[in-house]
Amino acid sequence: MPLSAETLRDLHRRMLRIRLFEEEAGRLSEAGRIPGALHLYVGEEAVAAGVAAHLGPGDQVTSTHRGHGHLVAVGGDFRQMFAELFGRATGYCRGKGGSMHIADMDLGMLGANGIVGGGPPIAVGAAFSNKYRKTQNVTACFFGDGASNEGSFHEAANMAGLYRLPLIFVCENNGFGEFTRQDRHQAIRDIADRAAGYGFPGIVVDGMDAVAVYEAAGEAIARARRGEGPTLLECKTYRFFDHVGVRGMGVVYRSDDEVRAWRERDPITLLERRLAELGILDEAGAAAVREAIQAEVREAVAFAEASPFPDPAALTEDVYAS
Amino acid sequence: MTAATAQRQLPTVMAINEALRQLMREDPNVFLAGEDVALYGSVFGFSRGLLDEFGPERVVDTPISEAALVGLGVGAAATGLRPIIDIMFMDFMGVAMDQLVNQAAKMRYMFGGKARLPLTIHTMAGAGLNLAAQHSQSLEAWFCHVPGLKVVMASGPYEAKGLLIAAVRDESPVIVINHKALLGLAGPVPEEMYEIPLGQAAVVRPGTNFTIIATGRMVHESLAAAEQLREHGIDAEVIDPRSLVPLDTETLVASLRKTHRALVVHEAVRFGGFGAEIAAQLQEAAFDHLDAPIGRVGAPFSPVPFSPALEAHYVPNADRIAGEVLRLLGRAA
Ligand SMILES: Cc1ncc(C[n+]2csc(CCOP(=O)(O)OP(=O)(O)O)c2C)c(N)n1
Ligand SMILES: [Mg+2]
Repeated sequence: MPLSAETLRDLHRRMLRIRLFEEEAGRLSEAGRIPGALHLYVGEEAVAAGVAAHLGPGDQVTSTHRGHGHLVAVGGDFRQMFAELFGRATGYCRGKGGSMHIADMDLGMLGANGIVGGGPPIAVGAAFSNKYRKTQNVTACFFGDGASNEGSFHEAANMAGLYRLPLIFVCENNGFGEFTRQDRHQAIRDIADRAAGYGFPGIVVDGMDAVAVYEAAGEAIARARRGEGPTLLECKTYRFFDHVGVRGMGVVYRSDDEVRAWRERDPITLLERRLAELGILDEAGAAAVREAIQAEVREAVAFAEASPFPDPAALTEDVYAS
Repeated sequence: MTAATAQRQLPTVMAINEALRQLMREDPNVFLAGEDVALYGSVFGFSRGLLDEFGPERVVDTPISEAALVGLGVGAAATGLRPIIDIMFMDFMGVAMDQLVNQAAKMRYMFGGKARLPLTIHTMAGAGLNLAAQHSQSLEAWFCHVPGLKVVMASGPYEAKGLLIAAVRDESPVIVINHKALLGLAGPVPEEMYEIPLGQAAVVRPGTNFTIIATGRMVHESLAAAEQLREHGIDAEVIDPRSLVPLDTETLVASLRKTHRALVVHEAVRFGGFGAEIAAQLQEAAFDHLDAPIGRVGAPFSPVPFSPALEAHYVPNADRIAGEVLRLLGRAA
């Protein structure tokens, strides 16, 4: 069944929100206005958007160090996000977490994670909780190709399969763990193959094609909600920016040609082309969407920069629940 | 910074690089394994050029699999090799704790002395770069509490090279901790190989009436504090233990007998930190010489915060150290 115009517009909007948030965050980071390290999601938007479009109240997401995209995709608030990146008291984590720990517990976004492989075991716990509480909720666990080599991923996958948990493992295979190409960090090509070892389906999908991700994620999530257990959805994608920041650290580990070739399959351009062909959104329409989001970005950055830093007294607050 | 006979200046990152290179030239059984240490030369840059010289058999990029990475070192060490295992950030030791604490540390003892583990774990600790709670910790106290592991902390390029060489030549597992904020710090480093013997503290700044014992980056903050304290008529001696296990208690006690007052400074959380062990040992050994309680400066009891506004209050600095010295002396800061 072809996707509705509304669904396609929704996917486009989610992706563009991620793109414009990340591009601005990258600019601010390069300009030294945002402290610390940013791992940007540019290029991989179709994955977060295609999965998040199926999630609703009560569902959860576990994220990675490259987490902004996941939070934007599930409806993260730009103001609180930028304020967090700036280390301000008005940020999502009151300035204590920053980019690598950004979270929105109300949206079920259980946190970006500074530990590669930190997310999958937590996703098992959230999915266990969904089942335990007899909800219809699911957990989406985003993780990278590099993370698929951590023991924690394998332990989590085994448990999820064993307990038939309402969980989908979403592998963002962008071809690299940091600066190490996939064929130098694992002896397999398709990470989806790993699912077989844990007794659930593994599916490979074009991670630059938002519609393909949306459709595959829809099936996997429906299956999970029916109580039929997890699915591993491997999305082949690419990060357009460097591992950290935009321009990276000045060492060549991939060619400009390679980056260019992937950029030709920019997931947003691909979707916009499709939307135009279907007569759903023309160039002017896309530009209007873009301008509206840009305005929101500008407003959020201004809010963040005008926000106060946390009071030093906050330093030892919230170590424990009171 | 001690034994500074050499004039050549090297930043810490290059001192580590030189030590690795010389160790690998010296002994074909020495190899380096870690995440992005080969082709990329480590995210901190300390292994640049090693792949070219020694090839992929000896400079090994591994998957992101810290448990297996440390295990690779344990198994290789137990069978005759001399591994150097790099754990990119000390925080990631959490992923490999079993291999470190239950396997590497105990194998020799459990096997009645029949195993030999010349294993070096190299890692990067420390806060100050706005990298937040999972990339900024100083966790040395965890490992000091485990019999079977040795633990050293470098405070600069001279120490980084000398400690690494001593660690790799040692026959037991040694954890070598560098501080990421010190990698660019330059100082005199001899070109030839030299060891800083494990268990030998350095008096970094001689003094007469107060002892400050500091590790890692806090050595520099303590030196700055000592300068501030001069204006108050305090001539502080600053000592860098360099090696925590084994600990050179003798040098520390000798200083205390002379100055009668001491403060221990580390970047790690104060509560349960290694400073408590040093303070306890000092009072056991030299109680009669004490004119004041032994003080401790460390981080507050919280994870490392992201916001620069909070992190600045989190990491101890010269002002706080000097203030604590004055407080111990009953003077207002
Ligand atoms: C346990 C752990 N090991 C290593 C790192 C350092 N590190 C941060 S991101 C990264 C690469 C992760 O690769 P992948 O899972 O493919 O995610 P990507 O960055 O490609 O999105 C590494 C090695 C870490 N943060 N945590
Ligand atoms: Mg990757």
